[in-house]
Amino acid sequence: MTVAGWGLILLFVAILLALAKPMGLWLFALYEGRITPLHRVLGPVERGFYRLAGIDPNEEQGWRRYALHMLLFNVALLIFTYAVLRLQGVLPVNPQGFGAVGADGAFNTAISFTTNTNWQWYSGEATLSNLSQMLGLTIQNFLSAATGIAIAFALFRGFARREVKTIGNFWADMTRVTLYLLLPICIVYAIFLIASGVPQTLAGSVDATTLEGVKQTIALGPVASQEAIKMLGTNGGGFFNANSAHPFENPTALTNLVQMLSILAIGVGLTWCFGRAVGDTRQGWAILAAMGVLFVAGVAVTYWQEAAGNPVLHQLGALGGNMEGKEVRFGIAASALFAVVTTAASCGAVNAMHDSFTALGGMIPLFNMQIGEVVVGGVGAGIYGFLLFAILAVFVAGLMVGRTPEYVGKKIEAREVKLAVLAIAILPLVILGFTAIASVLPAGLAGPLNKGPHGFSEILYAFTSCAGNNGSAFAGLTAGTPFYNGMLGVAMWLGRFFVIVPALAIAGSLAAKRHVPASSGSFPTTGGLWIGLLVGIILILGGLTFLPSLALGPIADHLAMVNGQLF
Amino acid sequence: MTAPNSMFSAALVIPAMRDAVKKLKPRELSRNPVMFVTASVAALLTLLLALGEPGLSTGFQVQLALWLWLTVLFGTFAEALAEGRGRAQAASLRATKAELKAKLMLGVGDTYELVPATQLEKGEIVLVETGDLIPADGEVIEGVASVNEAAITGESAPVIREAGGDRSAVTAGTRVISDQIKVRVTAEPGQGFLDRMIALVEGAERRKTPNEIALTILLVGLTIIFLIAVSTIPAFASYAGGAIPVALLAALLITLIPTTIAALLSAIGIAGMDRLVRFNVLAKSGRAVEAAGDVDVLLLDKTGTITIGDRQASEFRALAGVETDMLAEAALLASLADETPEGRSIVALARERYAIRVQALPAGSEIIPFTAQTRLSGVTVAGVTIHKGAVDSILKAHPLEDALPAVQEMRRITDEIARAGGTPLAVIRDGRLLGAIHLKDVVKSGVRERFVELRKMGIRTVMITGDNPLTAAAIAAEAGVDDFLAEATPEDKLALIRREQAEGRLVAMCGDGTNDAPALAQADVGVAMNTGTQAAREAGNMVDLDSDPTKLIEVVGLGKQLLMTRGALTTFSVANDVAKYFAIIPAIFVALYPGLGVLNVMGLATPESAVLSAIIFNALIIPCLVPLALKGVRYRPMPAGPLLARNLSVYGLGGLVAPFVGIKLIDLAVSGLNLA
Repeated sequence: MTVAGWGLILLFVAILLALAKPMGLWLFALYEGRITPLHRVLGPVERGFYRLAGIDPNEEQGWRRYALHMLLFNVALLIFTYAVLRLQGVLPVNPQGFGAVGADGAFNTAISFTTNTNWQWYSGEATLSNLSQMLGLTIQNFLSAATGIAIAFALFRGFARREVKTIGNFWADMTRVTLYLLLPICIVYAIFLIASGVPQTLAGSVDATTLEGVKQTIALGPVASQEAIKMLGTNGGGFFNANSAHPFENPTALTNLVQMLSILAIGVGLTWCFGRAVGDTRQGWAILAAMGVLFVAGVAVTYWQEAAGNPVLHQLGALGGNMEGKEVRFGIAASALFAVVTTAASCGAVNAMHDSFTALGGMIPLFNMQIGEVVVGGVGAGIYGFLLFAILAVFVAGLMVGRTPEYVGKKIEAREVKLAVLAIAILPLVILGFTAIASVLPAGLAGPLNKGPHGFSEILYAFTSCAGNNGSAFAGLTAGTPFYNGMLGVAMWLGRFFVIVPALAIAGSLAAKRHVPASSGSFPTTGGLWIGLLVGIILILGGLTFLPSLALGPIADHLAMVNGQLF
Repeated sequence: MTAPNSMFSAALVIPAMRDAVKKLKPRELSRNPVMFVTASVAALLTLLLALGEPGLSTGFQVQLALWLWLTVLFGTFAEALAEGRGRAQAASLRATKAELKAKLMLGVGDTYELVPATQLEKGEIVLVETGDLIPADGEVIEGVASVNEAAITGESAPVIREAGGDRSAVTAGTRVISDQIKVRVTAEPGQGFLDRMIALVEGAERRKTPNEIALTILLVGLTIIFLIAVSTIPAFASYAGGAIPVALLAALLITLIPTTIAALLSAIGIAGMDRLVRFNVLAKSGRAVEAAGDVDVLLLDKTGTITIGDRQASEFRALAGVETDMLAEAALLASLADETPEGRSIVALARERYAIRVQALPAGSEIIPFTAQTRLSGVTVAGVTIHKGAVDSILKAHPLEDALPAVQEMRRITDEIARAGGTPLAVIRDGRLLGAIHLKDVVKSGVRERFVELRKMGIRTVMITGDNPLTAAAIAAEAGVDDFLAEATPEDKLALIRREQAEGRLVAMCGDGTNDAPALAQADVGVAMNTGTQAAREAGNMVDLDSDPTKLIEVVGLGKQLLMTRGALTTFSVANDVAKYFAIIPAIFVALYPGLGVLNVMGLATPESAVLSAIIFNALIIPCLVPLALKGVRYRPMPAGPLLARNLSVYGLGGLVAPFVGIKLIDLAVSGLNLA
């Protein structure tokens, strides 16, 4: 570990904290439906959309209606994306002349991008036409991100509103988030990327002759535009297979820092927005602090493990940290930080191959996803996932102050507990259940590249990444088979909507409740004690559930390495 | 009420053990899903034992199955023990009920027929004579009697019950010790107070409270999550090229699911109700006890709760031109026949402070008694008439020009006394105003401190009084309540409760009169005084058998203690899992990857002893925590922050550390005895 490495990590955390309030203020304006300066330019566009679609943005929806519209919209997007991928061969803007994507592959990819997972079983530059990238994937990058934020808004309203049946209007939330948040930032962001050297062209590729005189085809495309939303919307689906390790996606140290920041920017803003929405910004800071503790701990372990390197290689004389699978341009600190950032959020973009991390260094990204990507988390998904844990934490420990539990002025009762448990249980069910299936069936066993616990980690990572809607690849797993495409596709769908629907139901249930004014007898949900409690509950509930699988994967892997055995 | 005091006396423990076995019936167990899973797994292990599972020694398997069954039994035992404590009380109440006979009026004169009390219908009229037990709950419609209610309240001093007014309700099982009354039965057979009390202390009518239901859902959820975690292990193990015996997986599952809190949950609830009963308060539902913990606002009647019931004369305020001694003597004469505590305090003040030597009324004096119409009292001594009474009543009885200086000065003095929190009584002799007696409300010692405590807990106190706002404000300031409602009518009370509730607060109050009934019903916690009317007792969700309005404060404390006990044991139970993982995971996986042995941080002797020790700890922790579950965690009024810090460090941190120590010690014993 180096001073410069820690300096980078500290700088990153400091900038992120500074972003929380300004981003939160902007989000809060959209949450409230306030008029922003951008309305002068984009207001007519917004109203045009509503008129075109025949939507009244002021029509309030109950949670069932909100959820139904959200689901119908996402199913429609799924079918559309599937169609684009299947018909790729006959559609225009296909300079490389790629044929149709296979049925299982298209199924997987359509779900992957609809659910904000962006798991990629394929190499983008060798499989997808520019039209598919833009129409199929970039659009989904926007809309899946907007969906996440809309759900978060709906849940905030549940906490903030008093004795009403409604939690907002899905279409208004979607439109405002896309138009006033994602789009403007992405335009500026893409221009910055282009200025930094990221290609933005409709040309398919250029040919170059290398020093050895070999002809090399260099893939190009509309990279910058996809790159911006890939990060900002915690999508993570790279234009190229190498993702953000590719110099055309992530050319400089500055772009690397900005990319990491943009992954978490909206997430930290949402914590502030939550506090503001419930009328006490300290509530938001408390959540951010708990996330921060988990984040810094994760970065520290990964950086420490990666910097410590591999003792087996040390004996062979290859001293230093673990550089396998890392871009030399970024080095250990920036790669370790990126890995934790991308899995803390449900982004899944990578600038190094997690498969090549040390066992424990790679376990942190895995664990981050298993606890539901609630450490800042994916846009919207992080905060609503975190609030589910907060509900449980309040319920378990809240009784200890001698009152029935309440959180930010709402009593937590049987219905909320039931829904929160349901939403939290889906992750272990899918991750562990599907991993179990894959680790006994021949079709599943055919996937992993490596043997022993490391191979097991590869399977576990894939299902974790998909169920958590992360999409980062551990690599090493041959996932482009019908078995994995199908199983992982289902995992992504379950991991997304079986959390969202209970979260919306909680929003509806909370909105209908009376507000309980806080007193000195109320359970304190700000301050160190609460932060510690949140961290404890997340680690115990999340950690204990996955400990057996981690023991048989990365932990066994690590201990074998210590004993001189590599997989 | 009498009940064995020691929680673990043989008289309670032995029947509880018997009941614990009876409660193993699947239907009974299924009410507690976590224990049901535990029992199912125990049954599965027993079956496997019969079939013989390879890879494990029979002795080990026998012990494992045995400890799993014990886990279940400890759970049912805790519940049986909690129920047993109430049952002793129920038995004596039931004996009272069995012997009740009723003198049913036949409608012609005072003729009656002797029938068993159980046959009485609502609306029938019974005669109760001296020495009789009152056969059913009802309302006195004729007569006055003194009644010994010791059977219900444990208080042997008799109370007066009379037709009309707020003291007309009588309870089955209490004894008339003088006079006779006619009582109209107000309870359906089997629905009376006594029946309800029997059901309550026995726990027969126990339904899960809302908070218990929510907690049960959480426990079921945790069980499902751990079920997923454990049931996927065989597949993972097969990937690693091994197999894990079912018995070991079963052990892992049982240690992970929250058996501790699940086993104690219903015992905590029963014990909470029982504490209330011992405190001579009957809650009609567990929901009311939980609500008590949540209370934000306490409505307290001034008289009897905040001030001692009786006002004391503290000063004579003579008008200009009147000797204070003259006023004191007149007041003394007017009060000599007044046997109320107020009257006596006037006599005492006149004698002690003003050295008035009149010992008794001269012969021939005529006493003017207090009546509801005149609202004044007094005496005529040797042709001179002295009246004392509320200022308005006096001025009504003696119409004086408002402009008279004496009247104006009187009004000024009245205001001054009121502002000081006192009540003025005017004294008039032969139509001449002499001055006023300052009757002072005496705030009970210690209430101020109680209100400070309540405020720390985030509870606001509102004093309810019929006094005028000036007096009320003065007393409120002296007693340190947060707010007051002066000149309160029952409608005002109801409106206040509704207003607080609309702002999201939970309100508790106590009351006794029929006109309190709507407010008692509206309040989230309504404690009716047992001396009150039937209507009040029906409307409240608790009845205080001692009729002590101060108890409201303790009731809130008991509610909080119940919730805290539940939370503390849940946190403890969940925190325990960490250590259990560190015991069992290395034990069952070490065969697959020997390197995982380093996770055995406790240095447990062998994999078998590690598993067995974790299971034994998991079972033994239940009886160890039974006293805590039954007594409740220690409760001191303090703000939520420090309270949470304290409980979290005791039960959260304690729950994290204790099993590491416990499992290690058990492991030493297990390996020392060569059990595994």
